[in-house]
Amino acid sequence: MGYTLDFSVVWQAMPALLWGCVGTLGLALAGMTLAMIIGVAGVAARDSKAAWLRALVIGFVEVVRNTPFLVQIFFLFFALPLIGLKLNPTATAIIALGVNGGAYAIEIIRGGVQSVHKGQVEAGYALGLHKGQVFRFIVLKPALRAIYPSLTGQFIMLTLTSSICSAVSAYELTSVAQRIESDTFRSFEVYFSVTFLYLAISWLLMLGFAVISHRFFSYPTR
Amino acid sequence: MTPHFGLPEFGFLLRGLQWTVLLTLVAFAGGCTAGLAVALLRTCGHRGVEWITRIYIGIFQGTPLLLQLFVVYYGLALTGLKLDAFVAVAIGFTVNASAFLGEIWRGAIQAVPRGQTEAAMALGLHYSSRMRDIVLPQAIRISLPATIGYLVQLIKGTSLAAIVGFIELARAGQIVSNQTFQPLLVFGVVGAMYFILCWPLSWWGSRMEARLALASQR
Repeated sequence: MGYTLDFSVVWQAMPALLWGCVGTLGLALAGMTLAMIIGVAGVAARDSKAAWLRALVIGFVEVVRNTPFLVQIFFLFFALPLIGLKLNPTATAIIALGVNGGAYAIEIIRGGVQSVHKGQVEAGYALGLHKGQVFRFIVLKPALRAIYPSLTGQFIMLTLTSSICSAVSAYELTSVAQRIESDTFRSFEVYFSVTFLYLAISWLLMLGFAVISHRFFSYPTR
Repeated sequence: MTPHFGLPEFGFLLRGLQWTVLLTLVAFAGGCTAGLAVALLRTCGHRGVEWITRIYIGIFQGTPLLLQLFVVYYGLALTGLKLDAFVAVAIGFTVNASAFLGEIWRGAIQAVPRGQTEAAMALGLHYSSRMRDIVLPQAIRISLPATIGYLVQLIKGTSLAAIVGFIELARAGQIVSNQTFQPLLVFGVVGAMYFILCWPLSWWGSRMEARLALASQR
């Protein structure tokens, strides 16, 4: 066996790979935005008076959390055109990521809302704060702080999951890598390097989230 | 003439399901063994070793499972070993499981009250007995919900073997879908099969978590 590793193809393809990173981040960001919308709507529906609506949300969360993302994206890929949504692969991938992330977001946001003690709201009113102030300082900020670690963790998870969107050839890093691989046949070199690009992305995200957390959420709890 | 989704196609999916289960079991067994080693090294008290295992875990947590599979799959091919596709993906999932289970059990070992270790030391127990008889039995109990949670992750993760071409449940679904042109039905059935596999485990895990939380309140 005379195989010698040759990383020069990766170096030549670096601009395309970096654009792939941008695609991955865009996909994750759009997916997370949709996930948050589904999450907030889901929490509201989860505690509604209509039993069927509550059951629907619980069922949705369980189905999404207990089936693979790959199967979900394939299903949506064929199901969306049937309900009249003829979308390109990247838009399909965003919806799949949003639906998947939304199920987890429902659980996370629900935990955050429940973490705010009712007595604190009453204490806020007793101190003479008006409704907007109570919501902003007593409900929203502590709830955001409580769910911040899980929510940012979820965002990083979603970024990593987005690599699976290459299966429907959405525009992101892994599909760029697959194209370069089929052009150069340097499978190992390409995927090895791209793995570390993902590592760089998730470490940068972690760093960024830590800075934001330090800036906005570092005040004593008691 | 295209075949419709019938009993033979369903049987093909069931055989795919068998491979999914087998792949999960092999990777979980291998991951448990290697993960225990990772957890013990991660808590051994030697700074250099702890850092290395920490980086090892960080790499697997910070990169997509799909790419890890690609690297192991094509990396093994480079070594010149002629490995079966099953063996190659099983190795990939095992390595991933070792990092995730290692991190879960690291947390569990550190969650066992320090007094337990100190008492064991005071009784003159050496490291292996301290771990085997005192710390690990308690740590395993603490870690069970998270371990079951990872098992569900693993079952779902094995679907990615489809992308490297190994025929397990998800790949079987793709094949049947291409043959029958009934993608919604086929992927619906495939999804239901995964759900039947994963949901009882998830339910068991969250019930146990609730019970442990109750026990720790007392």
